[in-house]
Amino acid sequence: MSDSAANKSLMRPSNLVAALILAVGIPIIIYRFVAGLGATTNLTHVNPWGLWIGFDVVTGVALAAGGYVTSSAVYLFGMKEYKPIVRPALLTGFLGYALVVVGLIVDLGRPWRLPYPFVLSTGFTSPLFEIALCVALYLTVLFIESTPAAFEWLGWKRLRKIVGSATIALTIFGVVLSTMHQSTLGTLYLITPTKLHPLWYSPHLPLHFFVSSIIAGISMVIVESSLSHRVFHDQIELSAKRFDDLTIGLGKAGAVAMAVYLALKVAHLAHGNLWHHLTTGWGHWFLVELLGFVLLPCLLFAIGFRERSAKLVRIGGAIGVVGLVLNRFNVTMIAFNYQLPADQRYVPHWMEIWASLTLVTVGVLVFRWIANRMPIVREHPDYKGVH
Amino acid sequence: MSISRRGLIGGLAAGAGVLLAGESKADSTKRYPGYQGRYGLLHDATLCVGCRSCEEACNEVNDNPPPSPAKGDPKAFDKPRPLTDKQYTVVNRYREATEDRPAVYRKHQCMHCNEPCCASVCFVNAFTKTPEGPVEYDPSVCVGCRYCVMACPYYALSYEYDDPVTPEVKRCTMCLDRIREGKNPSCSDICPTGAIIFGEREKLIEVARARIAKNPERYVDHIFGEHEFGGTSWLTLTGVPLRTLGLPENVSHEPLPKLTEGALSLVPVIVSAWPGLLLGMYAFNKRKEKLAKEELDQALGNAADQAKTELDEAMSKAATKANKDKDSAVEQAANKAKAEAKKEFEEAQKAEAKGAEGEA
Repeated sequence: MSDSAANKSLMRPSNLVAALILAVGIPIIIYRFVAGLGATTNLTHVNPWGLWIGFDVVTGVALAAGGYVTSSAVYLFGMKEYKPIVRPALLTGFLGYALVVVGLIVDLGRPWRLPYPFVLSTGFTSPLFEIALCVALYLTVLFIESTPAAFEWLGWKRLRKIVGSATIALTIFGVVLSTMHQSTLGTLYLITPTKLHPLWYSPHLPLHFFVSSIIAGISMVIVESSLSHRVFHDQIELSAKRFDDLTIGLGKAGAVAMAVYLALKVAHLAHGNLWHHLTTGWGHWFLVELLGFVLLPCLLFAIGFRERSAKLVRIGGAIGVVGLVLNRFNVTMIAFNYQLPADQRYVPHWMEIWASLTLVTVGVLVFRWIANRMPIVREHPDYKGVH
Repeated sequence: MSISRRGLIGGLAAGAGVLLAGESKADSTKRYPGYQGRYGLLHDATLCVGCRSCEEACNEVNDNPPPSPAKGDPKAFDKPRPLTDKQYTVVNRYREATEDRPAVYRKHQCMHCNEPCCASVCFVNAFTKTPEGPVEYDPSVCVGCRYCVMACPYYALSYEYDDPVTPEVKRCTMCLDRIREGKNPSCSDICPTGAIIFGEREKLIEVARARIAKNPERYVDHIFGEHEFGGTSWLTLTGVPLRTLGLPENVSHEPLPKLTEGALSLVPVIVSAWPGLLLGMYAFNKRKEKLAKEELDQALGNAADQAKTELDEAMSKAATKANKDKDSAVEQAANKAKAEAKKEFEEAQKAEAKGAEGEA
């Protein structure tokens, strides 16, 4: 029904921008495999990890956390009124993780050897092994969790029923895997106490990463659902009032998660007695992140909840997403190698930025393609009110 | 037999104490002592004159192009040069010569840690600490994630970014092949001033200590690499503060792999505890829902019963009232009929009397 609507507007400005990004981005990715990482990136021997790890992988995984956050809320903690946002969040999660894997393949020196850690020679002491295993498993879980929409669309009722009966098991497995790899992304950086600035380096980095992944999941769901509401307006049956109520409820959860995260960060300052760093340039930058992108959205969420203002919550969600990206950029790139002289610091090559942009664009386009066909933001008429 | 609460807590505390004591004991015996008699290299920076013969020799044995700028070119010291995938060792100048003191140089390369973090972070086990001392890299399993390059605290590893097909991690091998052939690493063979010496690591530490003791004014009283991050195969003696030589100061003696080990040890805990906890929460919510439903049903049932009773009562009341009304209506009608009949009778009697009077 909305296929025609999507086709009719093929020449929209947003589509032209997407086409331009892909027209340049896909050749860049091909060029990277022909000419190597040296020709397409600004990676050096002192900066072996750049944007493709810092954004595509470390940030991408956190931004895809909405799937486990919402599915656990609805299926495990009994918050059934949030069911309409689970499917978009799971689909965003699945596409997000799929793109993380693509990003990793682009970044690895010999990506065709990716199965080696599982089949040839396993490094059990490596946090990266744990992440690789969890991401591989969780991608599978997210795929299965996203299939009901496809099965309903295709009318495969038997398969739909089988997957539906595994919902609880899949959700629990997903939360276990997410807890592990979201925190282990922080563990990656525990190995570099001399390279990462002390304001960001903490023995509790895994916990910081895990809690902030919950913030990212909630913030992304707020932003993504408000965009979906606008873009797929003709499909959505949820009343504006109920949608606002859900947004405000998410804001309440976000306020709590951010308050916990803020407390962890302050505890880190106090425990490490790092207060004196706050007067330095790095300290000011740290405060920008903590006050501007954690405390401020936390307050916006709390006030939005108190005043029943979905608009404030949406602004808080957008700042929360930017804040998460900023934090991961700080840990992986900006505050990493902080002691190196300026001419040895990492600044991404334009092709690295363009390739990352290409992956995000592919994610948005595939999401739109699927949501225009399958019951993602709407309910399938045969499965109304079915859990 | 019953256990008092105090007794139980005391017992648990004692048990925990025993466990903790046992653990710390186990930890101290578990500490990795390293392979006995393994080799190392001592770089005495106070003897280094910056001739860069070692760079040349290193590039030769590793089939790398000659160093650039070439040996003897003063441009090499314009600014510190990094290690690259074509240059596994560099000699940099960290302080220029003045009239009363000589220039300060230091040779840099992979330190060959006792407990290397490149090995612990590698998800395909490409790095191995060999009994001879060097850390060996196996490119045949390397996936090219470069976590080792990122983790190394000495910036000693390089990657072949320009090779799209078979890129490898590149770094000083400590001439493992030559050691296995009974030869010395090429840099220590070539060094004209004896600034680099090769031997058993423990003996080199003794040599370094003896040098410091003999010339305390010449040396900083510290052997870099003896304990840093658990110690390294390369040891550095210096006459200037470590910071001047671009070496990290005040770093932990704890091996770096220990830092990720603690966090990773929680993974099995999450795997075993999380599903139970989450299922518990799910069951808890299910139960709450069930109880709420039961309560609702009961409340609904009660309400229905009550409504029925009230209805019955009202109906019977209405029936009684209706009966009463009916009775009174009948009575009234009867009375009325009686009164009417009486009236008619009286009127008839009157009329009869009138008629009789008229006839009379």
